[in-house]
Amino acid sequence: MSMTEWRWRKTLFALVGAAGLGLAGAGPSRAVQPDEILADPALEARARGISAELRCLVCQNQSIDDSNAPLARDLRLLVRERLKANDTDQQVRDYIVERYGDFVLLKPPMNAETLLLWLTPILVLMGAVWLVRRSALGRVPDAKVETVDAPLSAQERARLEKLLKSDEA
Amino acid sequence: MVVELGHFALVLALVVAAVQMVLPAWGARRRDGRLMSVAEPAAMAQLLLLILAFAALTHAYVVSDFSVQNVAANSHSTKPLIYKISGVWGNHEGSMLLWVLILALFGAAVAAFGNNLPATLKANVLAVQASIALAFLLFLVTTSDPFMRLDPAPADGNGLNPILQDPALAFHPPFLYTGYVGFSIAFSFAIAALIEGRIDAAWARWVRPWTLAAWMFLTIGIAMGSWWAYYELGWGGWWFWDPVENASFMPWLAGTALLHSALVMEKREGLKVWTVLLAILTFSLSLMGTFIVRSGVLTSVHAFAVDPARGVFILGILMLFTGGGLAMFALRAKELRQGGMFAPISREGSLVLNNVLLVTAAATVFVGTLYPLALEGLTGDKISVGAPYFNMTFVPLMVPLLLALPLGPILPWKRGDLFAAMQRLWFAALLAVLAAIAAFALSGAKASLAPFGIAIGVWVLAGAIGEWLLRIKFFEAGREEIVRRARNLPRSAYGTLLAHFGVGLMVLGIVATTAYREEHVLVMKPGDKVEAAGYVVSFKEATSGRGPNYREELASFTVTRDGAPVTELVPSKRIYDMPPQPTTEAGIHNSWRGDLYIVIGDQQLEGGGYAVRVYFNPLVRFIWIGALIMFLGGAASLSDRRLRIGAPVRRAKKGAVPA
Repeated sequence: MSMTEWRWRKTLFALVGAAGLGLAGAGPSRAVQPDEILADPALEARARGISAELRCLVCQNQSIDDSNAPLARDLRLLVRERLKANDTDQQVRDYIVERYGDFVLLKPPMNAETLLLWLTPILVLMGAVWLVRRSALGRVPDAKVETVDAPLSAQERARLEKLLKSDEA
Repeated sequence: MVVELGHFALVLALVVAAVQMVLPAWGARRRDGRLMSVAEPAAMAQLLLLILAFAALTHAYVVSDFSVQNVAANSHSTKPLIYKISGVWGNHEGSMLLWVLILALFGAAVAAFGNNLPATLKANVLAVQASIALAFLLFLVTTSDPFMRLDPAPADGNGLNPILQDPALAFHPPFLYTGYVGFSIAFSFAIAALIEGRIDAAWARWVRPWTLAAWMFLTIGIAMGSWWAYYELGWGGWWFWDPVENASFMPWLAGTALLHSALVMEKREGLKVWTVLLAILTFSLSLMGTFIVRSGVLTSVHAFAVDPARGVFILGILMLFTGGGLAMFALRAKELRQGGMFAPISREGSLVLNNVLLVTAAATVFVGTLYPLALEGLTGDKISVGAPYFNMTFVPLMVPLLLALPLGPILPWKRGDLFAAMQRLWFAALLAVLAAIAAFALSGAKASLAPFGIAIGVWVLAGAIGEWLLRIKFFEAGREEIVRRARNLPRSAYGTLLAHFGVGLMVLGIVATTAYREEHVLVMKPGDKVEAAGYVVSFKEATSGRGPNYREELASFTVTRDGAPVTELVPSKRIYDMPPQPTTEAGIHNSWRGDLYIVIGDQQLEGGGYAVRVYFNPLVRFIWIGALIMFLGGAASLSDRRLRIGAPVRRAKKGAVPA
């Protein structure tokens, strides 16, 4: 990606940001070019799957599968080369991570640094359940719910009838 | 002159906001009616002044007054009028001005329509509302003045980014901001309730319509952005888990939870404390969204550190209101009395499940969006969190939510029977299973989880209709009875039906287009044909042309199906004059089955063919139609007589009789 293009992408980003919601650096995308596509559809499908999880390093939040940056194209070709050399998906990913670091993975690996990232959904879910049990549900012992079904006493029934009658009148 | 008038109005609005913040709150404390009565005229004056300021800036854009820095930086004399106007909010300063304008609009609406609110509550609500306005007006005036002059004025402006010159995107920010900012009312009511230490079902009845209105606009705003991305960005994607998208999605998730918990509070007096907390959190997430988008923190943590004035200011606002709100909550929440007990399996229980899952989803989006920024800020290490992370964490939270969705409205309040509810919806379950079998038979081994997703979509759709059929006793009563029941069913019930139906449609659209999308990337020369989803697409010719402010290369394609002509599509590539940037315009043919979507790329160096992408996106429109139906559901619910402002008083009197 040329410097001017990069700069306009940044401007675009700010502008779209100004619009409240938008897509970072999402310029007109050309992404996978016809000449890159592998002859074997199964291999190509695997390449697409891997590409969707690799970050275009010079873009804002775009996978190499979505980006038309030259670097993204290089990576796409690299992925396909490795696949043609009979690498497994994991081997391809490892190969790329070795060169570009974890930053290239759109789904970060779980390690000490990302522990909280991966655990937060579970922790929040457990916390919310705990909070709900404690506050709303916890205060309703089953026995108490049962009493709701207990038949009304004669006194209560008389009072209920009186109330219902006064309502109709 | 007009510009200076606008600037003056802006500063005056700031002063009025300060008055509106202090006097009514003080009056509410001292029970002084005269001081409290300042709130209403102040709210109105604030609105008028901000309308004036906004109109002044709009005027500068319309007449292309390039002596205003903001206009020079973001507009151009040859731009079509509609984009001159939308350019007002297509930049930082203007969009913040729109933000405070909408804030004032909501405040003025409370002042105008809140006649039946208790005087102290109303005064406190308007005071809190004014404090938000004051913070943002200070931000505008000190760091982001939209009325800055340039001397000498340039001959012409820099233009608006062409990718933003689009009708859907032009009106996307006002919708989005109405949603964002609308949640401020829920926040102000929550803080006012905490100040007063009192909260009841009437409170929820006042808060719910405002929250609902904000939610409706946010829904449409997000949908418009997604729709725009779909046809403008040129590869048919509609959601990218981009931080800027997430910024609007977080308050939407929390706001959706708030709508449902306010329901429990209104009907059963339950979840009071939780609802207040959720109101604070929802607006905090709106502020967080504003911070994410406005501070420049996304472009780079370093850029933020180098030029921090704006970012730090918004961060300050965010911390003040979130921190202040939560501190207030911690101090005063115990004074709010809980009521309305219920068993886990009950309408309340289902709404609690809805809340737990939606809040967890919001937290997941939150942590995924901010984690890379926080990590880089703290350790300097860079990681990426993108779509694969969100899909992996978000989808498992949505599955139980969607599975439970049709059952919730069927369950009775207080205590229900899950098995009985499922029995009543047996036909919806049956339809879902049939749909899954059909999807499985059609797709074979191609997409393993897709039939399950289709089944969930059908389950939600059929469940929404099923609940309605049950409520009008469609299967048991006679015709007259059915018609009478259908007519007497409150509009809010139709609102629920529509909103849930919309969710079902959206799920179907998402699953179908994700799993069954067809894609052909190839080099085509005039005369070449390609087959896609039963269509035959033939490349007719390539031409070039000239629009009002761009040049373009066009490619025309004839589309036939079973030999019969269907349509002609002309996708193009444009280069705008100012700024000189490229965009792609997709050629799209839509039918109920889905969209045929063609994009042209570069001319090939060898052979003179063009790179062409032909996609078929099945049921993709269900996504936005679903959002539109959700919006209509909100509107139906809002038009319910019982929800109308003014209803609380009548209702409270009636409430004397045990229901």
